[in-house]
Amino acid sequence: MEPEDVIGLVFAALIYGIPVFLAVMGFVVGGMLESAHFKSIKAREAGLSHYPAVPTPSLDPGRSVAHTELVAASVVVSLDYFKRILASFRNIFGGRVRSYESLLDRAKREAILRLKEQSPEAHIIVNLRVNTSQISSTQGRKKGLGAVEVLAAGTAVQYRS
Amino acid sequence: MILSNTENIPGRQIQEHYGLVSGNTVRAKNVGRDIAAGFKNLVGGELKGYTELLEDARKESTNRMIEQAEALGANAIVNIRFSTSAVAQGAAELYVYGTAVKVGL
Repeated sequence: MEPEDVIGLVFAALIYGIPVFLAVMGFVVGGMLESAHFKSIKAREAGLSHYPAVPTPSLDPGRSVAHTELVAASVVVSLDYFKRILASFRNIFGGRVRSYESLLDRAKREAILRLKEQSPEAHIIVNLRVNTSQISSTQGRKKGLGAVEVLAAGTAVQYRS
Repeated sequence: MILSNTENIPGRQIQEHYGLVSGNTVRAKNVGRDIAAGFKNLVGGELKGYTELLEDARKESTNRMIEQAEALGANAIVNIRFSTSAVAQGAAELYVYGTAVKVGL
């Protein structure tokens, strides 16, 4: 091979290799992190199943309230490189973007869990509100969801026992 | 100061209304956090640096709202709402507002 060919090959490997490497890394590491996160969410949700968080503002009328507290928690999440590529392909054909669904699902569940963990002595969280807002498009790119903030807020109520 | 996002404080009676109180803060993320978040972006998941930044900003806006309510002589804020919006590239506004009231026991 001529030296020019070798240089060309090296450049081609860099230009095509880096995105492929990032996509594979995103797929493998991102997938592992996601399943670990879902596992932790499920375990914590099971541990807090006696402590509901509801969007209605009403309280148990038979019990008197000892203490109330405003609780709020936010989680900022973003997609991995591989799923971002998948989602951009989905833009061509339309339809469900499953990678974003699972991302937002775990962010919302995580935010609600953090609410409960903020006031562990309360019995119920009422008037639960969950908001999602895009806070930045990453690396200056306009397209894509970038980083998304999920903010959960509610009023933690502790009844008199 | 008692805070709640319900229309009244559970278990207490509202005696007086003082109107709207609010607090806002606009925060930009710093370069260090941006680079860390850029790497985290490759594998996805929670961007802890940004979460902390927004939590701090929300606490600051809430404190500003509480200061306003204290100046009015209120002892509680009801119907509190939070809103986050990206106002510029890399900067987010955290706005907290509610109704200042006086509650009895």
